[in-house]
Parts: sequence; structure tokens; C-alpha cells
Amino acid sequence: MNFTNFGKYLLLLKAVFRKPEKFNIYMKAIFQQMNFVGVGSLGLIAIISTFIGAVMTLQIAFQLVSDFIPKTIIGSVNRDSSILELSPTITAIVLAGKIGSAISSEIGTMRVSEQIDALEIMGINSPGYLILPKLIAGITMVPVLVICSMFLSIAGGFLGGTLSGAVSPAEYIQGITTDFNPYTIVVALVKAFVFGFIITTVPAYEGFYVKGGALEVAQASTRAVVISCISILACDYIVTQLLL
Amino acid sequence: MIEIKDVEKSFGSNTVLKGISAKFEAGVTNLIIGGSGSGKTTLLKCMVGLQTPEKGSVQYDGREFTEMNFEQRIEVRKEIGMLFQGSALFDSMTVEENIMFPLNMFTEQSFEEKMERANFCLQRVNLEGKNKLFPAELSGGMKKRVGIARAIAMNPKYLFCDEPNSGLDPKTSIVIDELIKEITEEYQTTTIVVTHDMNSVMGIGDYILFLHEGKKFWEGSNKEIAHTDIEELNDFVFASRFMKAAKKNF
Repeated sequence: MNFTNFGKYLLLLKAVFRKPEKFNIYMKAIFQQMNFVGVGSLGLIAIISTFIGAVMTLQIAFQLVSDFIPKTIIGSVNRDSSILELSPTITAIVLAGKIGSAISSEIGTMRVSEQIDALEIMGINSPGYLILPKLIAGITMVPVLVICSMFLSIAGGFLGGTLSGAVSPAEYIQGITTDFNPYTIVVALVKAFVFGFIITTVPAYEGFYVKGGALEVAQASTRAVVISCISILACDYIVTQLLL
Repeated sequence: MIEIKDVEKSFGSNTVLKGISAKFEAGVTNLIIGGSGSGKTTLLKCMVGLQTPEKGSVQYDGREFTEMNFEQRIEVRKEIGMLFQGSALFDSMTVEENIMFPLNMFTEQSFEEKMERANFCLQRVNLEGKNKLFPAELSGGMKKRVGIARAIAMNPKYLFCDEPNSGLDPKTSIVIDELIKEITEEYQTTTIVVTHDMNSVMGIGDYILFLHEGKKFWEGSNKEIAHTDIEELNDFVFASRFMKAAKKNF
């Protein structure tokens, strides 16, 4: 995004936060979007998180070849890696592809088929009506998905580690329960909140200002996913630097 | 009544509208005609605020639209109904949900009252019983009629139609034209239709504004349009073989 686009993005956000025309219609849209973002993505996030946890455990075990390092460390490293980095970031990147492209193409199609113009003509604040429910769904459901992902990643580590014999169940459980710092959860949830904002607003911006036809909608969708992923990684670094 | 004065609009170095002024009265069908690229749709979009003119004014019954803030524009837009070229129906909603949408957003009516109004609007455009269909299940003509039903749901004072006949067969075009004229006369709306269809011009053009290369070239009624000596207008009016053949009868 160049500076002009960033300025337009901020102006769009300003319009998103105008007073809703009718609260109950917005509430209905918010619940629909929460279902789409949260429930609709749960299966995918569950599968990815479980496998990532399992693979992480095997790789940590592979690298810990010294007899001086207790095997309980496998559980600790997997826990902290999952909570601090893997669950928030991988969940966000996956959602940027799944949710981001859907948001961008939905709003982009509405733009090129004049449905957004129709909303404007009716006197409806189209950025608010189209983007606010998605934004609220993003900032509430992405943290929920990240929490699910943390549990499943740690559980996946347990399954992967014990089934392969890389670590015993007792050592793994001792590892994940030793020296746990609850602040890591706070950091992860802050990240999830920021990522939820990015995943919904960046694609919405790309879709809202699309010009042309089907090809341009597809290009906007691709651009939305790429920019969202880069923004997620940049914000991941910034939040980590600020909070740790 | 809608009055525009010296409206100018450019896209980069390309000036699309060059100081257009006109008055569109209520209760009559006002047509904006011209060839492709003459600025018809841009003028319509400037009038409804989808685009901002660089110069000039647009007044709705004396209210200066171009100088209004967002909240004031919203109030005027609640009095506007618009039929889009591609109908612009919300494709995730059924026909009745499309018509009830503005009622849901801006009225405190009960569900039964809104349903009654939706049914009345559908009846008005001869689409009774099509309530539960989705836009994808409708023909082009039916989509236009649902677009009109949605546009009149809030009893608009101003009705805008952007190329209502594009992509329709001649018979369906006449049905749409007659519907627009009936609604205009029945509800005394200020109706502005952008078209390049000569059947519409001759059939419903009470007031016609002819644009050519972004300039106002002529204004008058359908009774006068065939009797001018303006070359650009005659080129447009008598471009088709049918109109050429019919010219001797005018």
C-alpha cells in the first residue's frame, strides 16, 4: 500500500464507524459473520493446529540430542511456541486466505454489480453496513479461534510425541505444566485481536474500491490476501517487540 | 422538481460534462439521451451524488444537494428511488427481501406491514407470487421490474432510471417504459430516465435533454424531437433504419 491507499484506508475506516442506521439489522449481520468467520473456520484451524503441534514436537525432539537436556523441555518449548507464535500467526495467515479472499470478492462483486451504489442511493452508509459486522466478527472470533488453536496444537504435540515415542506422556505433561507464564496468553490474544482487524479490513478495502469486472475482482482478492499476510507478519513483529 | 446548473465533471484531462443546466419537473417523464460516451450516466451519477461535480449545482426542490454534508444527503437520498442499468439487486436476498430492505432500514413498520407493502409493489410491477425467488432465478425484464418495485417501496419523490431498457426485447422494453410513466403520473414523482432507446424517447419522452460530447445540445419533447435542424440530434434520432424509414411520416 502506498501513502494514498493508506489514507483512503483510514478514511474508509472512519466511515465504517459511523452510527449504524438500525442496530438490530447490524446485530443480525454481526452474528451471521461470527458464524462464518468462527464456526466456519473451526474445522480447518483444528486440523492445521493439531498437525503443527505434532510436527513441532517431533522436530524439537529431533534437535534435542544431548543427554544433559531433560525431555520435559519438549513440552515447554512446544507450549510456548504454540501460544506465542504458531497459533496466532498460522491461524491468522490461514484465515487471511480463507476469510480475506471471501470478504474481498464479496464486496468487490457488490461494487462492480452496482449493489454498493444501490445501498448509497437508499441512504445507507455502505462501509458501515458491509464492513462493520465483518470487523466485529473478526476481532471477536479470531481470538476465540487462536485459543482453540493453542489447545489443539499442544494436544497435537502430545499425540505426535507419545505415538512416535519421542517423549513419554508423563514427561510431556510435566513439560507443558512447568514454568507456565500466563502473560504469554495475553500477548497471543493482543496479536489475535490485531490480526482479526487486519484480516477483515484490508480485504474489505481492496474489495470496496475495486474498479472493472470479474478479472479486477479476482486481482483485488489476490492482492488482499498478499497485503493481509505481509501486514500480519509486520504487526506480529511490532506487537512482539512491544509486549515482550 | 430537480434543477441542475452549469454542472461540470472531468476524469483527469477528459472533461465529460461541460456546463450542463436543465430543469426536471415532477409528474412528467424526463429523459436524458445521447450517444455512448456523451455523459448521460455521469450526469445522472452527479445528480444522485455517486460522483461529485467539479462545478455547478444540483437542487432538489430548492435544496442545494452539492453543498450538503453526509447526514443531510442521507435525508435527501431517503426520498430517492433508483433503477440501475444492471438492476443491482442484492443477490443474497430473495425478491421480497430486496423490496423490504429499505423498509427494514428506515421504517418502524411491523413485519406484516412491510410484507403488505412488498406485495403491493410486486403487484404494481406485475410480479405477484415471485416473492421467494432469488435474483439469479429471474429473467432480465423481471429483474428490472423488481428493481422498480424496490425503487418505489419507500414512496420516492425522485425516481432515477439508468438505461432501463438495455438488454431487453422490444416488447419488455415497452412494458418497462409504460410502468415508469404510470408510476410517474400516479405518484407525481420527478422521474429522470437515461436512455439511448428511440422507442422510449418517442413513447414516454415528455421532456428530453440531448447531450453530445458532454454538452447540452437540445431540449424539448418527443413531439418536437423529429422536427429540428440540429445535425447532431438528427444523426442520433434517425440513426436506425426504422427511424430513417419513418422519417417521412414525421
